[in-house]
Amino acid sequence: MIVPSQRLAAMHQRFRPSRAEAVGEPITAALNHLWSNARGAALGLALMMLSLAVAAQPAPDSSISVGSKKFTESVILGEALTLLLADGGFPVTHRSGLGGTRILWGALRSGEIDAYPEYSGTLLREILAERSLSGMEALRSALAEQDVRMSAPLGFENTYALAVTAETGERLVLETISDLRAHADLRFGFSSEFLDRGDGWPGLKARYQLPQTRVQGLDHDLAYRGIASGRIDVTVVYTTDAEIERYGLRLLEDDRGYFDDYQAVLLYRADLAERAPRAVSLLRRFEGLISEPVMAGLNGRVKLDGVSEHQAAVELLQERLGLEVEAEPAGFWWRLWQRTFEHLGLVAVSLSAAILVAVPLGIVAARRPRLGQVLLGVTGVLQTVPSLALFVFLIPLLGIGWPPSVAALFVYSLLPILRNTHAGLMDIPRPIRESADVIGLTPNARLRLVELPLAARSILAGIKTSAVLNVGTATLAALIGAGGYGQPILTGIRLDDVGLIMQGAVPAAVLALAFQGLFELAEHWVVPRGLRSRPVTAGPSD
Amino acid sequence: MLRFVAVRKRYGRQLALDGVDLDCPSGRTTVLIGPSGCGKSTLLRLAAGLIRADRGEVWFEGAPLAANNLRAARLRMGYMIQEGGLFPHLSVRGNVELMARELGWSAERRRARFSELAELTRLPAALWERYPLELSGGQRQRAALMRALMLDPDLILLDEPLGALDPMIRVELQRELAAIFARLHKTVLMVTHDLAEAVFFGDRLVLMRAGRIVQQGSAQALLQSPAEAFVVDFVNAQRAPQQVLAEVSCGARVRA
Repeated sequence: MIVPSQRLAAMHQRFRPSRAEAVGEPITAALNHLWSNARGAALGLALMMLSLAVAAQPAPDSSISVGSKKFTESVILGEALTLLLADGGFPVTHRSGLGGTRILWGALRSGEIDAYPEYSGTLLREILAERSLSGMEALRSALAEQDVRMSAPLGFENTYALAVTAETGERLVLETISDLRAHADLRFGFSSEFLDRGDGWPGLKARYQLPQTRVQGLDHDLAYRGIASGRIDVTVVYTTDAEIERYGLRLLEDDRGYFDDYQAVLLYRADLAERAPRAVSLLRRFEGLISEPVMAGLNGRVKLDGVSEHQAAVELLQERLGLEVEAEPAGFWWRLWQRTFEHLGLVAVSLSAAILVAVPLGIVAARRPRLGQVLLGVTGVLQTVPSLALFVFLIPLLGIGWPPSVAALFVYSLLPILRNTHAGLMDIPRPIRESADVIGLTPNARLRLVELPLAARSILAGIKTSAVLNVGTATLAALIGAGGYGQPILTGIRLDDVGLIMQGAVPAAVLALAFQGLFELAEHWVVPRGLRSRPVTAGPSD
Repeated sequence: MLRFVAVRKRYGRQLALDGVDLDCPSGRTTVLIGPSGCGKSTLLRLAAGLIRADRGEVWFEGAPLAANNLRAARLRMGYMIQEGGLFPHLSVRGNVELMARELGWSAERRRARFSELAELTRLPAALWERYPLELSGGQRQRAALMRALMLDPDLILLDEPLGALDPMIRVELQRELAAIFARLHKTVLMVTHDLAEAVFFGDRLVLMRAGRIVQQGSAQALLQSPAEAFVVDFVNAQRAPQQVLAEVSCGARVRA
């Protein structure tokens, strides 16, 4: 039980301004500059780069950052650890639901997170696969070489298992994985991660000589719906998944001992032990604490009963450690406001930077046709890079969270603005351009007084397109820990909770519409009146 | 004032100007005339510095036009084209005063000059703050003429200035323009394909064909002593000037 003042402090720490908020001021500064002159714009760009650089710095030593993967169990464990540390008086943040093992591991190594829940099998077969280690002690010392420490097992194992519906199992008499060999026409549906990873499908297929060819990749959480609806026959599950019971699935025995031990452990950075030894001792309170039924029960609380992961973590601490932690104080509106702030921050900064870069590039492209083709080509190619791939690609360069998200959104915003700036300038009739020349305007004055005003409508339309696309794409930023409306959408997909998905999707749509409306309003300011007025149909004779 | 010395210009494989020598004397109106593609517009565009000659030179006020003196020369030229070439995003006043503003003229000076020109071109005050799209064709050309005259240029370049107007307004504006140029004693170089219009304006007519000058001189000389058969053909292909004059007086009577 924590005393109120401490609790308040812990709460404050949990909701201390995120990195995105810390750069809010430069955002407005940059926006102001956006509409002022070019020199101001350059300054705005510099400011933004600076704030990006600042945001990329690791968090100060005193605070602890906990990570978790994007599935319920990991989020519950991450949240429980976060609550425990906060209860212990540490300023701590939880970057929940990050994209995948590689992202978490990279973030831990680079110091962007200090601890996260992991599984021994994943470490042995995925992260340290090239070392071909076996046994917990070998693993522990291999991790130590990389300045990573590992807790003792938390007490439950979450290994892979192949599952079929009880009905299919009954009908085809399936008991073991070996039994699958007799049914080559069965349809397999596996999570994409399982399909690709070393300890996943390729090895399993080889070990059991499985003949099936109808294998498709799909999201882990969708796999349950797939098997329940009969679209796939066999899927891979985690042994602590609550859905096994919910959907009445039969787990097939791993009769050739293919799947590794997947003991849950906590990983943490070696320097955490020096920086905050007490945090490490708090963290180790989870060792041996959580049995498989407990974990499956907690997963069920979230996935079947529909309570939040935060609530499940609160219950875990309460039941297993006797700790009374206040349930999430933030209400619906507060969360919505926070997500809006995060989302808006992502969009505003990336879009402003894109405008400052793409409009000048569009001008250059219009002036030098050959260079213009190259510029349009390059941005066009960038546009085709899948967004998730780009996010992941940027992580080694910029870490997780805000910087890579803004950078990726920036890249995606370039093309529409660049192309419309170029097109707007090229569409100016030659007589107009020539009149501006012969009248005696210098090229720069021509650009400023004639060409940009005439291209304004097209440029603005490009910015509008970028803004709307940007609002949508920014929902993916939640995958790499940048928050925003993507957060509830991801959680909603994970929990199969349409309501939660709507909590992200609806505000995102509203925000997109708001941007659209804003730009239509801006048209009245930016597009010269002479271009908006209707031509006279029957002109009076002179 | 303006002199073309042995200028040649080629567009790809097409020879637009094939060694043209031409002198445009001060204070007079020189009209370039000929069928489309004869090179008359190319000549005008050379004078405005919009294109550069492959060979030969364009002399303006005693110096050949070059990159380093082009802008200074342009500030002493007025330019008016078919449909006016007005900037659609600026009002009449905005168009006319744009360059003066760029040159740092005071507001009073701009305003005074604008009013003077509006009176000269008879553009009603109600139209001064309108945008080009809100004007009729004739009004637009009046505004374009104001813009061309704003800096009180020495040379006025006109490329089919009345080409897009309907005949009645065209005739009326022809008369006004001719009167204005006569009053201001400006050097004018004008391009048209309409012989009647050329006769109307021209002290000197320059008939061109396939990048060369066929004949130059007064309208009288062109009509009465054609230099070659093409001149006769060109004149005959168009309506007789007498007929045009008859139409004009008829039009004037109807209006009156």
